[in-house]
Amino acid sequence: MAVLELRNLVKEYPGHRAVDGVSLTVPQGAFFSLLGPSGCGKTTTLRMIAGFETPTSGEVLLQGQMVNHRKPYERNVSTVFQSYALFPHLTARENVEFGPRRQGMTGIEKRVKDALDLVGLTGKESRRPAQLSGGERQRVALARSLVLQPDVLLLDEPLAALDPKLRKQMRFELKALQQRAGITFLLVTHDQEESLSMSDQVAVMNGGRLEQVGSPEDVYLRPASAFVAGFLGAVNWIGGIGVRPEAVRIVRCGDARSGDGCRGVVTGSVFLGECIQVLVRLSSGEDAVARVERQAAGFQRGEEVYLSWSATDEMKFS
Amino acid sequence: MKRWLAVYAVAFYAFLHLPLLTLAAFSFNSGRFMRWEHFSFHWYGTIFRDPQLLEATRNSVIIALVATVLSTAAGTLCAYGLWKRGSRLISGAMYLSLVTPEIVTGVSLLALFQWSARWLHMQLGMFTVILAHTAFCIAYVVIVVSARLRTFSPVLEEAAMDLGATELQAFYRVTLPALAPGIVAAALLALTVSFDDYVITSMVAGVDSETLPMVIYAMARRGASPVINSISALITVGFGLLILVSERLREA
Amino acid sequence: MRLRSWFLAPARVWLWALFIAPLAIVLAYSFLTRGVYGGVELPWAGENYARLFDPLYGRIFLRSFVMALTATALCLLFAFPAALFITRAEKRKNLFLQLVILPFWTSFLVRTYAWLFLLRDTGLINSALQAAGVIREPLPLLYNNFAVLLGLVYGYLPFMVLPIYAALERLDPALTEAAADLGARPLATVFRVLVPLARPGIVAGSVLVFIPCLGAYLTPDLLGGGRTVLVGNLVQNQFTTARDWPFGSAVSVALMVLTGLLVWIFLRKESEQLG
Repeated sequence: MAVLELRNLVKEYPGHRAVDGVSLTVPQGAFFSLLGPSGCGKTTTLRMIAGFETPTSGEVLLQGQMVNHRKPYERNVSTVFQSYALFPHLTARENVEFGPRRQGMTGIEKRVKDALDLVGLTGKESRRPAQLSGGERQRVALARSLVLQPDVLLLDEPLAALDPKLRKQMRFELKALQQRAGITFLLVTHDQEESLSMSDQVAVMNGGRLEQVGSPEDVYLRPASAFVAGFLGAVNWIGGIGVRPEAVRIVRCGDARSGDGCRGVVTGSVFLGECIQVLVRLSSGEDAVARVERQAAGFQRGEEVYLSWSATDEMKFS
Repeated sequence: MKRWLAVYAVAFYAFLHLPLLTLAAFSFNSGRFMRWEHFSFHWYGTIFRDPQLLEATRNSVIIALVATVLSTAAGTLCAYGLWKRGSRLISGAMYLSLVTPEIVTGVSLLALFQWSARWLHMQLGMFTVILAHTAFCIAYVVIVVSARLRTFSPVLEEAAMDLGATELQAFYRVTLPALAPGIVAAALLALTVSFDDYVITSMVAGVDSETLPMVIYAMARRGASPVINSISALITVGFGLLILVSERLREA
Repeated sequence: MRLRSWFLAPARVWLWALFIAPLAIVLAYSFLTRGVYGGVELPWAGENYARLFDPLYGRIFLRSFVMALTATALCLLFAFPAALFITRAEKRKNLFLQLVILPFWTSFLVRTYAWLFLLRDTGLINSALQAAGVIREPLPLLYNNFAVLLGLVYGYLPFMVLPIYAALERLDPALTEAAADLGARPLATVFRVLVPLARPGIVAGSVLVFIPCLGAYLTPDLLGGGRTVLVGNLVQNQFTTARDWPFGSAVSVALMVLTGLLVWIFLRKESEQLG
């Protein structure tokens, strides 16, 4: 059974529909993400699941039960806030104990210890949030929610507050944590790389609506709309067809078989560290980008080249 | 929970405002008892027919105006001086002045005037009251103007001097205009604080320097005449307007 | 550089002539003796301070302390929910804040008199209750500790609301949501999260209320009718009717010392929190 189901969820504010008929199903134990640009309604959707907003219409179902009118403290979901919202006047341990105490759980000491072990934060339980680093604070926030064994753990842009290097490392850790804990995670983010790297399922939102729901491969390789294609990664629009830069093969006019693919002139090349981006002005007037390995012989401005790709990499939308 | 808070808020604001509103309402009652007879300006008219009240009001206005001018000037300069240079003694004294119980300020100034009366031939009267009011108003002015200065960047004065202004000119042409709303707000505050004072004034006033609060107090002690209601209403409206203007200026 | 000193010149005059000098004179008087016709004269004596320990005066100090403490506690009780309400008022926050500030800045005398008007035997409350048939004889609501307490709480309530409001406003709104999210019902959130985190505001407000209440004169005089004698009344009495300036000075010094001590403790706690 789906642990979380949204049926035609709508949230309207005066003059503006933040969420416009969102329906989705989150399976038990999945790492699910809601991906979309700022203002697409993903955070509002999250808040409706958590209970901080009431839907204008539609249903939120947890374990098959409708919970629209239940208060946040009456729902078995827990939220990891973007700012972590750790209680500054309590130590890390006391923060984690907070939920179990409010709900009158037994065996709190062991639960808290297990939660802290799970997130890898032992030895610092007596510290206050102000004395912890950003990464450590995030772990406390995670432990605080995980200790309650919620049906769904909601994460609101959890990696946004971390510096870039830490962010990449935390992606692995977060995914591993989810698998260890066995709890369903619902992540909200605007970062497609984050979403792709961690999720089992991605739901792409735009303007309050769902554009596509699928596995990372689905949404990236087989986007359902031009918006999804463009949001998940870079796209070359050539003659109405979309092709991703990494799928484009670029050869000099002198090499190989001429006449193959589109003809163009190199307008520039950018060294990105892990690859080189070659910018090409096609004979049709459109601009395209191709990605080549670092070791490839450098393409100079003005060189004449051919761009080609396989038909399976084409993305066409009506 | 929000509903309970709203219910509480109604009770809270009622508690805060009803006493004054009731007072104002009954100032329009033609009778002198709690029974409502009919709407009348009678008790307002009485004010203008009472020479003692009028003289007391005149005294209060004069004292307040003079004390405000003096304390605003001294306080503004002081706030500026503290901002530029700092003096723990003076800022400490300012805070202490605000915290000192009024009765202590009153008796200490009385003691000062009485002691120095021998040499300065100073009698208790308008002059001593004005001096006393200036003394306790300065701290209020310093607080308000200092708050305003905290939002003022010292870089502006440096820019002025870089362009050729002397320190004094920088103060006069750049800082002072920027502080103007805050200074006016402080002055209005000093005005109301001075006008309203009873405790300190009662200690240092002489026979010829009765102020309005002193008259009101005496009347209230004797048993309350409806005239107090109308005076109170007028004072409240007057103060309310002054403070509203002052708050607007403080945020400007 | 010299210019800067001139700006502080008027304040220095005030400092020495109108602040330190008066207090120094009072301090000196406290060690002198009462003259036959009032006034002060030699010899120097510590007698006035010894008198302070007389149970009669000890009771007055104790009463003032208890009264101030009670008023502060009541202010806290009434102010906290009000401050909470204002923080949750969204668009009209400023309006509600102004509504709290406004009455405070009108005449303190008038606001104290208003309770005289309401509470006395022929006042509004008694008249209304009698007219409604609830009581036959007027209730003695005035000229007692109750009236003085009421006057003090009414007078200084805004002083408690503002610092608490400021402290609550500074909190991350997500903290309240996090508490609810973790299972805390609204009341638990208030007591376990909001109150502890608003502590700086609570302490500041308490100091701002306690200190004026301790040295109050006008409220106990007007609403207490001379029956509720607090330290402020004692001082005033000694300097006027009793004509015992040395003793009055000693009481004043004691009051100042108490006040100064409280402020000092408060400032120490503040810098501890920041440091």
